[in-house]
Amino acid sequence: MTEDIKAIKVRPLPKTETRKHVIIVRVMHNFGVLTRITSLFAGRGYNIESLTVGKTHEPNVARITIVVEGNERVVEQIIKQLRKLIETLRVRDITDIPHIERELVLIKVHAGEDKARDEIMRLVNIFRAKVVDVSTDTYTIEITGDSEKIDAFINLLRPFGLKDIARTGVLALTRESAKEGLQEHKLE
Amino acid sequence: MPEKRGADIVIDVLIEEGVDTVFGLPGGAIMEVYDALFDAPLRNILARHEQAAAHMADGYARATGKVGVVLATSGPGATNLVTGLATAHMDSVPVVAITGQVPRNYIGTDAFQEADVVGITRPITKHNFLVTDIKDLALILREAFYLAKTGRPGPVLVDIPKDITQQVYNYKMPTIKDVEDALPGYKPHYEGNPVQIKRAAELIRKAKRPVLYVGGGVIIGNASEELRELAELTRIPVATTNMGKGAFDENHPLALHMLGMHGTYYANMAVYNCDLLIAVGARFDDRVTGKIDEFAPEAKIIHIDIDPASISKNIHVDIPIVGDVKNVLQKLLRELKKKPVEWVKARESWLKQIEKWREKHPLTYQQSDKIIKPQYVIEEIYKITKGEAIISAGVGQHQMWAAMFYKYKFPRQFLNSGGLGTMGYGFPAAVGAKLGKPDKTVFAIEGDGSFVMNMQDVITAVQYRVPVKIAIINNEFLGMVRQWQQLFYDSRYSSVCLAVHPDFVKLAEAMGAVGLRATKPKEVRQVLQKAMEINDRPVIMDFVVDREENVLPMVPAGKSYREMIVSPKQKGEAETMYLVG
Repeated sequence: MTEDIKAIKVRPLPKTETRKHVIIVRVMHNFGVLTRITSLFAGRGYNIESLTVGKTHEPNVARITIVVEGNERVVEQIIKQLRKLIETLRVRDITDIPHIERELVLIKVHAGEDKARDEIMRLVNIFRAKVVDVSTDTYTIEITGDSEKIDAFINLLRPFGLKDIARTGVLALTRESAKEGLQEHKLE
Repeated sequence: MPEKRGADIVIDVLIEEGVDTVFGLPGGAIMEVYDALFDAPLRNILARHEQAAAHMADGYARATGKVGVVLATSGPGATNLVTGLATAHMDSVPVVAITGQVPRNYIGTDAFQEADVVGITRPITKHNFLVTDIKDLALILREAFYLAKTGRPGPVLVDIPKDITQQVYNYKMPTIKDVEDALPGYKPHYEGNPVQIKRAAELIRKAKRPVLYVGGGVIIGNASEELRELAELTRIPVATTNMGKGAFDENHPLALHMLGMHGTYYANMAVYNCDLLIAVGARFDDRVTGKIDEFAPEAKIIHIDIDPASISKNIHVDIPIVGDVKNVLQKLLRELKKKPVEWVKARESWLKQIEKWREKHPLTYQQSDKIIKPQYVIEEIYKITKGEAIISAGVGQHQMWAAMFYKYKFPRQFLNSGGLGTMGYGFPAAVGAKLGKPDKTVFAIEGDGSFVMNMQDVITAVQYRVPVKIAIINNEFLGMVRQWQQLFYDSRYSSVCLAVHPDFVKLAEAMGAVGLRATKPKEVRQVLQKAMEINDRPVIMDFVVDREENVLPMVPAGKSYREMIVSPKQKGEAETMYLVG
């Protein structure tokens, strides 16, 4: 036997770079299931960036979108632990699969003077946001989009003075169009 | 089906699941179930503490392979189960715990004996349930049994509010199909990936210095026969973990015995120097690997395990195979037999090298004729039981000596808390094992510190005439902590001296057991002989041993195998052997 064992191809080492992962978990919609999932993260000291949960079209099935920062090794372990939960139906890391991400945010911003009110309205139009409540010195704005767009919008509003922000966290769905070979931008 | 009380439904499911023995104590919230038990064809072993009851159910499960069942009441009854459930969880033992809960309308009101038991036990069970509707009761209980014993086994807890046990309902016994339909997300992998199995066979053929690293999964998966066949076919030596003891006959010439922190010199040398490590039903625990970066540094690693989450958890695995070990080993054997096995001849020089290591540092100790050496007691237990007894150990030095100096030859022979390291486990687990395997001699090898943690339940063993043999390796120390203090804390013996003990012989008598004591080496055999003659009650043997004997070899925690301490130079000093890399 001359061939060295070291020459045999095996599973490559996982990447160590840290990045944002979007994980979709479909679970049975039982009480306590969310605690099981969050305590998996808490017990291992992993911080969840965002987590959204909601019902689906199927009865008794809920869908959870988790955004978490970590390297391949950590995320692989998280996914395995999620799969191990009895009430988990499916777990997918869609980070590298073409997908749509959306977040809905409500922003309460200072808007007392006319100049500020005009400028904010301009930004609202550019970003296709919506003013949903007006008072003498505030606007409450609703905006949806991916996290980058929302972060940019919030940064532009910051100089006016932010009063409060409520974010839903990221929702995500994979793109069927990518499967059909369509270009993403055609549908944008 | 006629209308039945919730409590009677519980009993019906237990009978349907083939349960004949349960362990536990009644209390307010579980009284209805105990009322139903009163004339049920089941025996309840009335333990004196819920922790002991949980360990008994665990010992029963480990010894028989069946599901162990423990009952407890709400609040303190249930919280007392916590250590027992965590112990079973870490070692993948199928246990179903049924706890009473306060009535539904009291939940969340800080009612008397109320605790959020489902919340408390969530991370220490495979799964748990709170029953909120009597319609679900039978199905949930059957799910609990199904989950406990399939896939990677583990404890499952079902918390039942008292009013549900009292409620009357016209139910139908759920079928296994109903259970599977209720668990759509639970699909354990049993078949290994054929491509991976082919690649594993290829590696096995090409390896020059292979070692099998075998854990408790081989015992749980009933794969000992396949393991033996694999080892003999390929001439690969077998190192077992503490949990894997009994998976491979330790008298077999290919047996390297235990690896890891208190592994043998030859097992650890073989693992350190191997070029292929085949992990079967093991999980690369830190007590096995030591410093992870230097564990089997030259080796390619094949990992066979039923739990995908165990793969590449602690160490990067080159060829992962997720599946039932028995199934995977059978396929691997078939694959290996497809081609001639000439290549095994290349293994002989590796086996010779291992023999040299074995001769250089065999597993041994310094015998004395004045003072009882703890290892000697274990050897004598081995001799008098002809290696056929079931041994259940507590946690500490005595556990390691029981692992090292008794040569195990069949699965389910050595029971101990390998994962959680629960002191007080050995004796109650032995009671459970003896009740499950009444034809076997069952020894609880206990430390003095470990034994006193659950000694109240000697009363239970007396009540049910369970003739377990309790051998206390009494060094009047929390011995393992003392050893670490000696080696790593400059012999500052902080809170480890157990100078005040009850007189264990008198204690035995007071409880209705038999008490025996040996203080000199020549008395050891006599005491054991007397103990072997008693078959109607437990026997407590107090072996007063060398107080400062150390467990060696030892790889200090977090260190590489290269820093293994092999033998004591003289008292209080250790010789560090730097292994050749």
